[in-house]
Amino acid sequence: MNVQTKFAGLVKADQKDIILFPGGIPSFEDEREFLLHHFSENTPFYCLQSVKTPALAFITADPFSFFPDYQVELSAQTTESLSIEEETDVSVFTILTVNEPFEQTTANLKGPVVINMVSGRGKQIVLQNPEYHTRHRLQQPSLKKEEG
Amino acid sequence: MLVLTRKKDEAIKIGTDIEVRIIEVDGGQVKIGIEAPKNVEIHRKEIYMAIQQENKEASGPLDPALVEQMIRFTHKGD
Repeated sequence: MNVQTKFAGLVKADQKDIILFPGGIPSFEDEREFLLHHFSENTPFYCLQSVKTPALAFITADPFSFFPDYQVELSAQTTESLSIEEETDVSVFTILTVNEPFEQTTANLKGPVVINMVSGRGKQIVLQNPEYHTRHRLQQPSLKKEEG
Repeated sequence: MLVLTRKKDEAIKIGTDIEVRIIEVDGGQVKIGIEAPKNVEIHRKEIYMAIQQENKEASGPLDPALVEQMIRFTHKGD
């Protein structure tokens, strides 16, 4: 199948690439199917593209590359609703609110998107940790440079 | 809106499988316990609304010039 995307034109996708969000995403509760694709080859950003609405896409990133201390605890409810069996089946993404200039871009660490890559089910969860909010300034990806 | 008065340790049943109990009352703050099936999502309203609002903003239009900035951002210091 082909998915018309907001940022990358027409993208070829297999049914197995489509992630089901049974409850939609807050504010977009009727959007149940999303395609996860690379934003552009040489960035660590991904798009979460609605299958039925080409204009609806979220720019997301791996939160752990930008916030190395970030912790996501999955509730029993999440584990069950996404049929999570192994922690390694799970990928976590943070939704970015891209601002001009890009240095002002923020990441929503309060509401990460959790995807079971095996079952193809996803959900935006809300973390209880009061340290996390919806707008954390994006930091440079951590560069593992040796000092000295 | 239905308004009910409850004391500490009293509860309210909503349907057959949801129970809301007053755990503690302290000044202007009330501690509430909720028992509900796992498929019922429970959120602090203002936090859920903040997530909704952020999703709306995050899905807004994107200036093509920013795409270049995004690529540059991740390659600084290479």
